[in-house]
Amino acid sequence: MAITAEYIKDKLTKSVGAIHVEVEDTSANRCSTSFKVLVVSSQFDGKSLLQRHRMVNSCLAEELKEIHAFEQKTLTPEQWEAQKAK
Amino acid sequence: MNSLIRFSTRVMRPGSILCRQRCLLDGQASAVVTRFLSETPKSSDLSELVKKDKVVVFMKGTPAQPMCGFSNAVVQILRMHGVDKYTSFNVLEDQDLRQGVKNFSNWPTIPQVYFNGEFFGGCDILLQMHQNGDLVDELKKLGIRSALLDVDNNEQKK
Repeated sequence: MAITAEYIKDKLTKSVGAIHVEVEDTSANRCSTSFKVLVVSSQFDGKSLLQRHRMVNSCLAEELKEIHAFEQKTLTPEQWEAQKAK
Repeated sequence: MNSLIRFSTRVMRPGSILCRQRCLLDGQASAVVTRFLSETPKSSDLSELVKKDKVVVFMKGTPAQPMCGFSNAVVQILRMHGVDKYTSFNVLEDQDLRQGVKNFSNWPTIPQVYFNGEFFGGCDILLQMHQNGDLVDELKKLGIRSALLDVDNNEQKK
């Protein structure tokens, strides 16, 4: 099954209780399956960047075997609001 | 080829000193002995590799010539902080190492940065910690003074 941005967005929303997810398919830039994601979830509260990224990695463990390059940004709802305000 | 693999496999067994001497006579085999062959590096080997230096980077290419945008970003960020001397491993030269380090750290992508033998993160994490100022503190814990602190001091003097 081809991995699509929609599929990733759906999976992330469900597994980390994300209130906002953006998925960009960056494959065209890299000649191979690659994605850039932004995930906003209160489940990231109090967690280090590494812990947050590992949560996302676990959610997409199967897909990451096929994905060549993966960028991620993980924010709490407060951080997301602060970023939008800039 | 098969005999070469059998030869080298025997050398990898503990206590196989005699085999090592024979291998040195065979020019081809001696090069293979130092590599991890077709076996994925053991986690005990990797746990030694990641402790070789305060900063250890598994990347595509070398710091002088990165072969991937993310690996290059790691090199450039470290350079900005004045971290130019560190141990790096080019996973493009060793497919077993490339997969082995991913298994070891339970992290799916390259580059991978280790501080004092502990997995720190990939490019995203290094970049975000650089942007929010935390990387300076992390380097301080390693006993490395970030070059950016000197830049700040100079600017304040003006």
